Amino acid sequence: MQVPAQFEYERASSVEHAIALLARHGPEARVLAGGHSLIPMMKLRLAEPETLIDINDLSELAEIEVQGDELCIGAMARHADLLASEVAGSHYPILHDAEHVIADPVVRNRGTVGGSVCQADPSEDLSAAFAAIQATAVIQGADGTRTVSMREFFTGPYDTVVGPAELLVQLRVPIHPDGGSAYVKVERRVGDWPVAAVGAALRLGRRNKITDAGIGMTAVGAAHFVAAEAEAYLRGKPATEEHFAKAGEIAAAHCNPSADQRGPVDYKRHLAGELTRRALRGAAERAMARAV
Amino acid sequence: MEISITVNGEDYRRDVEPRLLLVHLLRDKLRLTGTHWGCDTSNCGVCVVLLDGVPVKSCTVLAVMASGRQVRTVEGLERSDGLDPVQQGFIDRHGLQCGFCTSGMMMTARWLLDHNPDPSEREIREAISGQVCRCTGYENIVRSVRRAAELEAGS
Repeated sequence: MQVPAQFEYERASSVEHAIALLARHGPEARVLAGGHSLIPMMKLRLAEPETLIDINDLSELAEIEVQGDELCIGAMARHADLLASEVAGSHYPILHDAEHVIADPVVRNRGTVGGSVCQADPSEDLSAAFAAIQATAVIQGADGTRTVSMREFFTGPYDTVVGPAELLVQLRVPIHPDGGSAYVKVERRVGDWPVAAVGAALRLGRRNKITDAGIGMTAVGAAHFVAAEAEAYLRGKPATEEHFAKAGEIAAAHCNPSADQRGPVDYKRHLAGELTRRALRGAAERAMARAV
Repeated sequence: MEISITVNGEDYRRDVEPRLLLVHLLRDKLRLTGTHWGCDTSNCGVCVVLLDGVPVKSCTVLAVMASGRQVRTVEGLERSDGLDPVQQGFIDRHGLQCGFCTSGMMMTARWLLDHNPDPSEREIREAISGQVCRCTGYENIVRSVRRAAELEAGS
């Protein structure tokens, strides 16, 4: 039987209460959201927090809505909520693409958007998707909120900029009417982590010129989950198959996959390039469809 | 710590360790052994129960997290007028062989039919895609869910 080590349990009744509990219990306390990464890690003793602070009652953090020209996703939105959200899917179909291949439907009922990115697993899907669409994290502490680009959110495997007495409360994404986005993943079976996955977001100007490109990659050792060199290559160029293929080559060359049970380095690098091309193609098709 | 939980409409109060998993509360403390305990890693889905009406893997939910909430297990499927159509569907279409995955499959099927009374084969397969049948009896499980949908539609 796999059972976590002993810990204290606290249930937060508000964001402020959660932050106060985090401050009181110190750095050995952990936030418990869906628990679908944390509880398995606790069973394996990969995590042994002294205190869990359950934030599942904080329904105010579960909203998915448009505010001004931004899509706002509460940190406690479940994966199933994001997958079901028409407003999220209409502005950023990449999020539906990604959610459809994250874990399985029952796990998606429980796992949360904020929990996934705070887990900071090097193979996490939403980390690549949010990097691609240049989302911003809203982090709350005792002194108020601060914002951090999702491209600066991760400080290493299983580590983020969220401090011990802080809570990720929301992700915000600017809405671009001229944009398109897509996510493609290769996995061994339903519910598995990716062998490799890539998300792309493009903004197209006149004659389909790329005015901005975002490419997020996961499970292939890309720094900050971003293919920055491929993005720089694409800006200002027309959205063509030739340029997407070249961007794929650049992205593959700059990522740093590791060999494991999901495949050797050369296979993962090949996937990184090919999936970059497919994600860009999908993003461009969607941007063009919106422009018609 | 003291928790209070409603399972299949009945209220229970228990003093539990925070680390007790919901599946073990149900099986060992409440003696509701219809919910099975399998992989312990949220992969196999034999422990699926409805938490506030939504299917969850009860090996990855702490009992304390379910305090104050509603749980429905396979023991709560049967209705006052007889078997739930999901149960009847599994009987009619031979939806179980060894039976180990059955309670989890039926709870997810119940949720699916409550939200989509006429699911396609593809929708059924997707709904149960996080649940494993080691007898590989998926064909009959899908037929059983379809049969349950037909029974509920009155045909």
